[in-house]
Amino acid sequence: MTPLVSIEHLVKYFDIGRDQRVHAVDDVSLTIYEGEIVGLVGESGSGKSTLGKTILGLHDKTSGTVKYGDEALPQHYRAADFQKYAARMQMIFQDPYSSLNPRMTVAEIIGEGLRLHSNANSTEIRERVAEWLRRVGLQPDHMSRYPHEFSGGQRQRIGIARALILEPEFVVCDEPISALDVSVQAQVVNLLDSIKKELGLTLLFIAHDLSMVRYVSDRMAVMYLGSLVEVGPANPVFFEPAHPYTQILTSSNPEPDPESERHRASTSITGEIPSPVNIPAGCRFADRCPKVMPQCRQETPKLKPLNGDADRQVACFLYD
Amino acid sequence: MSSDKLLSVENLAVEFDTYGGTVQAVRDVSFAVDAGETLAVVGESGCGKSVTVQSVMGLIPMPPGRITSGTAKLRGRNILGNPIVGGEDIRGAEIGMIFQDPMTSLNPTMNIGDQIAETLEVHRGFTAKQAFNRAVELLEMVRIPEAAKRAKQYPFEFSGGMLQRAMIATAIACEPAVLIADEPTTALDVTIQAQILDLMNDLKRDTNMAIILITHDLGVVARMADEVAVMYAGQIVEKGAVDDVFYRSAHPYTLGLRAAMPVNDREAEHRLTPIDGSPPDLFHPPKGCGYCARCPAAMKVCNDVVPPEFAMSDTTDHFSRCFLQHPESSAVRLDGLYRKEVSA
Repeated sequence: MTPLVSIEHLVKYFDIGRDQRVHAVDDVSLTIYEGEIVGLVGESGSGKSTLGKTILGLHDKTSGTVKYGDEALPQHYRAADFQKYAARMQMIFQDPYSSLNPRMTVAEIIGEGLRLHSNANSTEIRERVAEWLRRVGLQPDHMSRYPHEFSGGQRQRIGIARALILEPEFVVCDEPISALDVSVQAQVVNLLDSIKKELGLTLLFIAHDLSMVRYVSDRMAVMYLGSLVEVGPANPVFFEPAHPYTQILTSSNPEPDPESERHRASTSITGEIPSPVNIPAGCRFADRCPKVMPQCRQETPKLKPLNGDADRQVACFLYD
Repeated sequence: MSSDKLLSVENLAVEFDTYGGTVQAVRDVSFAVDAGETLAVVGESGCGKSVTVQSVMGLIPMPPGRITSGTAKLRGRNILGNPIVGGEDIRGAEIGMIFQDPMTSLNPTMNIGDQIAETLEVHRGFTAKQAFNRAVELLEMVRIPEAAKRAKQYPFEFSGGMLQRAMIATAIACEPAVLIADEPTTALDVTIQAQILDLMNDLKRDTNMAIILITHDLGVVARMADEVAVMYAGQIVEKGAVDDVFYRSAHPYTLGLRAAMPVNDREAEHRLTPIDGSPPDLFHPPKGCGYCARCPAAMKVCNDVVPPEFAMSDTTDHFSRCFLQHPESSAVRLDGLYRKEVSA
């Protein structure tokens, strides 16, 4: 497997004045290989979206590097950098209502990337837009309509067509299905899956629906308060979670099966994700962890291979 | 039979006048719920689940809304059509409600304790001081730490999970007989969702109230419900005990919803089966079955006639509004409708 995106010690802090900083992404290292789907899960406020946006240069990096193939991406993107990388790396946004410009037609929204990043003339652009509308399951004659004329699922398809029309290699999907109804979620997931196979895409799939992430992803990464606590192939991480946080996430996830729900022990974890402003020393999960040890409050655990298996990494002293 | 239940709604129909015409949001909906029971109402956005419970609460603005038929009886007394002003003896007192988005449902300019206390002052005639003290107790009951201090704080100082707890405290302040929860956990993370669902179950056990839970998440349904009503295009298309609806699903829409969700089974390598198309336009509801246009098993009759409720057994009240359940319908095997393709 060839690494496509290599993230090393990536840090993103936001200054909020009075010498305080939000530790949104704190020392994250993750390698995404060509052709795979990596699912990124965690509670809201854990830094998933910030990580996705920082990889693509939508936020400046505070420190650390992101390499695309062998090429290091700039610390701070300038207009020319977006010009250079946008055709290869794209993003699908969470909210199909606020991420499409209401004053642009569908043809303008989807065709804008081609207009900026290719030499195609307007006839060619229209043809490509029509082709992509068909590919995402809309009609070419929808081209001259405005976003408000579409349902949520249709808008998300427009967002997908906009991101994919440049045939990028790497796409960050930031909660692409959370705003959609169950029956439409399946439509969008299947669409992403078939386009991924056709174009050989590599995806970072951010979501909080664990069952869906397990279904979609090859590998799963679990994030808590700015750092990764567990990384590994999707099935083992979901079915045999190692980190106490992952265990709590998977056991809080209700299954559509009354029989197994009746036998579920009450698993709820007390407390909520703390503020990422003043992060205490030691493991970030220590205050909520049911298996906390004295060591956890003094040292910060690092991601290490679990039982010598390099594919499966966990940041927890229980496995030292 | 259902009239001796705590709350029973019969033949409810609600319309809204809009610029585009009249929307028939709820079309002939009946259900009942008893003390200590949880009824889950499931369905996609726009299927009429929120409008149904808002009509019962008397929260439908009229005009543009209009209740065209039906009754809603609480302990035998019809409460349907209570005006928004003047319906307070029921709303907030006998029936409490939790809304979906805790961030926007609370007043940002009032502290949390006063918001809970207001309910008690209006419905129970408490003095401000009594009500505030009771509000602190209620916050303790919904497990908010340092309740006395928290009661003096404003909504912006609370997290989403805490606000939802505060809203539950408000809803149960007058010890209502029925608690309506409209997507109470949709805006929350799974860990916080688990806490809130546990809390609702504990409160139900302690107070023996009835819960009507509106959700689109079948996982939440499986965890909470005794009875399930599946709504589509303004109608209940299938209803019954939770096990009947999940394990002996009798309507193609229920099956479709289940096939569209991932199964947490590592052996089951299947592709999700989406339901093609989108729900019908309720400005002009279809003449026959609402699901007809998306149904893989649709027959000619489905187009023209609204299917009645076909009882699935003599011993339970499980029913399906689907002509496939007609005794003379050719035996179509429902479980093959959304065959899960094996991925290559």
